[in-house]
Amino acid sequence: MFYRENGQFKSSYRADQQIFPIAQDRIAILVLLLVAFVVVPMGVSDYWMRAILTPFLILSLAALGLNILVGYCGQISLGTGAFMAVGAYAAYNFQVRIDGMPLIASLLLGGLCATVIGVLFGIPSLRIKGLYLAVATLAAQFFTDWAFLRIQWFTNNSSSGSVSVAGLNVFGVPIESPVQKYLFCLIFVVVFALLAKNLVRSAIGREWMAMRDMDVAAAVIGIRPVYAKLTAFAVSSFIVGVAGALWGFIHLGAWEPAAFSIDRSFQLLFMVIIGGLGSIMGSFFGAAFIVLLPLFLNQLPGWLGFSISTALASHLETMIFGALIVFFLIVEPHGLARLWSTAKEKLRLWPFPH
Amino acid sequence: MTLKSLALTAALVATTLGTALAPSLVQAQAKEQFFPLLVYRTGPYAPNGTPWANGKQDYIKYVNATGGMNGVKITYEECETGYATDKGVECYERLKGRPGVALFDPQATGITFALTDKVPTDKIPLITLGYGLSASQDGGVFKWNFPLMGSYWTAADILIQHIGKKEGGMDKLKGKKIALVYHDSPFGKEPIPLLQERAKQNGFELSLIPVTAPGVEQKSAWLQVRQSRPDFVLLWGWGVMNSTALKEAVATGYPREKMYGVWWAGAEPDVKDVGANAKGYNALALNTSGTQPKVIQDILKQVHDKGQGTGPKDEVGSVLYTRGVIIQMLTIEAVKRAQERFGKGKVMTGEQVRWGMENLALDQKKLDALGFSGVMRPVSTSCQDHMGSTWARVHTWDGAKWGGMSDWYEADSQIIKPMVKAAADKYAGEKKLTRREAADCQS
Repeated sequence: MFYRENGQFKSSYRADQQIFPIAQDRIAILVLLLVAFVVVPMGVSDYWMRAILTPFLILSLAALGLNILVGYCGQISLGTGAFMAVGAYAAYNFQVRIDGMPLIASLLLGGLCATVIGVLFGIPSLRIKGLYLAVATLAAQFFTDWAFLRIQWFTNNSSSGSVSVAGLNVFGVPIESPVQKYLFCLIFVVVFALLAKNLVRSAIGREWMAMRDMDVAAAVIGIRPVYAKLTAFAVSSFIVGVAGALWGFIHLGAWEPAAFSIDRSFQLLFMVIIGGLGSIMGSFFGAAFIVLLPLFLNQLPGWLGFSISTALASHLETMIFGALIVFFLIVEPHGLARLWSTAKEKLRLWPFPH
Repeated sequence: MTLKSLALTAALVATTLGTALAPSLVQAQAKEQFFPLLVYRTGPYAPNGTPWANGKQDYIKYVNATGGMNGVKITYEECETGYATDKGVECYERLKGRPGVALFDPQATGITFALTDKVPTDKIPLITLGYGLSASQDGGVFKWNFPLMGSYWTAADILIQHIGKKEGGMDKLKGKKIALVYHDSPFGKEPIPLLQERAKQNGFELSLIPVTAPGVEQKSAWLQVRQSRPDFVLLWGWGVMNSTALKEAVATGYPREKMYGVWWAGAEPDVKDVGANAKGYNALALNTSGTQPKVIQDILKQVHDKGQGTGPKDEVGSVLYTRGVIIQMLTIEAVKRAQERFGKGKVMTGEQVRWGMENLALDQKKLDALGFSGVMRPVSTSCQDHMGSTWARVHTWDGAKWGGMSDWYEADSQIIKPMVKAAADKYAGEKKLTRREAADCQS
């Protein structure tokens, strides 16, 4: 009824190529951005801002980066945690070793270092694919874990191996309060999501998708596998690296390699799979599912008035969470993003969807 | 209803419920002090985290049963961290806003690091009994951290002293080989600077053997032990790592008598699986174990006999359980101390509790009155010294129970003090903090 596109004619290539061709979508996104930038900072409690929304944003960004690699280019990676760690530790080193280094510059440079490492570990993808590649990227995980635990230089000779940052500011504006941290991350996420969306719509994105769907066919029609695969690794690791730097700098404040362990890699891969492979929107859905649901399940017994032991609540959380993952994947193997677009299709045909 | 529309409905319900995920508002009630309890009852560290958490809860129940803190009732809520830093941070954010929140005990060195930067802005003290940041003993820089009763530096120092004494003098350590088998995390790495300092002074050779967390895979570490045959092995483990290390020692044939654990490697869950094979293994003891102390008897009577106990009754009085009781006692005494200054029978703010923590004066008489005689040494903190005491003993596993307590040792302040000051100054320099003024000590 409200979600129908008849009467909206596109009379130019520009209009035909916009990200959201339907007017309702454009309005919805604008409203969403308005809510995210204005309403949320005004009306949401500090707990939500700090402990839920900020990690959600950062992990969405990381999932977005991984989605480019796995969803768009079809290169399965289990080294996401490693690239996050590289981003975080590199940004830390830029911050402490260079006096007066601007925060944004060190975050982006952290991302660049992750790009280099990402491309390096992406080289095997030229010869191997699928599960074999997943195992090869696992090497990145083990390698960075080892490096950041053992090589003292990376942690600025911190005796405990834990590093921390403080006194963050951008152009003199401190990034300390929950609102500032949230907005800072939000800006990063919005900018990167826009860039990523445009990238996957461009020639390079089409090359990635061609590689994903059938690499031999893609090579035959003149796509260079080396270029396509390594750019996917580069772009993906850059975004993941920036997300890692944000995770360390903005969310945790102090971290150790365990913050970017193999569990984090799995978590992000689940986000991408549950959210929807090859969908920018899906990265956000996946992050929301993985970040919010456990918290919700964890607190649910309390609201319902059951007093159960902490251990039981925690086990229940894991069990229900696992069951829900299985359920969603059976119902919709293409992830939450596909459910979302199905819902939109139905709304367009409403009241008589088929 | 097709499966797909079912999923759509489920997703819709989930989102609406999700919006209800607002922090459950607890009505501010008069005269209730809130103790947030960060615990890990799941994961690889659960066997050790659970008795600790039970002890803390039972002591709160016991104090409530006997009239609270000068009439102020204690409320509490547990939050499961699983020893993970990000979950710990979430728990902290969730619970810090509760009315009457007193202080946090993060129960993990990693979480302590993350929270150390957050507590000064939130004005909530952090108690890290026997763990955490060694440099935070320096109250001049770490205004909100309280590593009461010992840090990993004092622990390592005492172990070396004990080994030296057993060998017949510190000079006998010269030329000896000591290996540190440690959990490869901030927790395990903390003692390294002190051991290096000691190695320089006492002339022993220190080899560092890391074990990847959580510590179930130690084959290569013990291969190194087998190759280098150190005279002593210091074990810096937690959770499953400890029992695994003992099993590996048995397999390697390394004498357990030459193994010395930190106080987190010296409780029942660490040796239970190995049983008689672990006989002779030594570990530091911050506190006694057993049900003889009066306070444990009182807890049994007031809490467990009334069916309100947390956890199994036969674990009451175990090493880590007793440590939980001590932690909770110290925090409650800190609140009471603050009440002496800011008004008895009132709920204290985080800042007031901080003052109480900084002015703890638990002498032997007070400890006896609280039922802690023989369990621990007196603790008295000050503005400069946030640790209060560095006393510890060494106990030995006889195959069935912990016993054979050594004499009390105190960490050598000539070594510790300059190291603490240097590390605190380095921290202050990195964070661009200035040392507290003398006037700040009064506030």
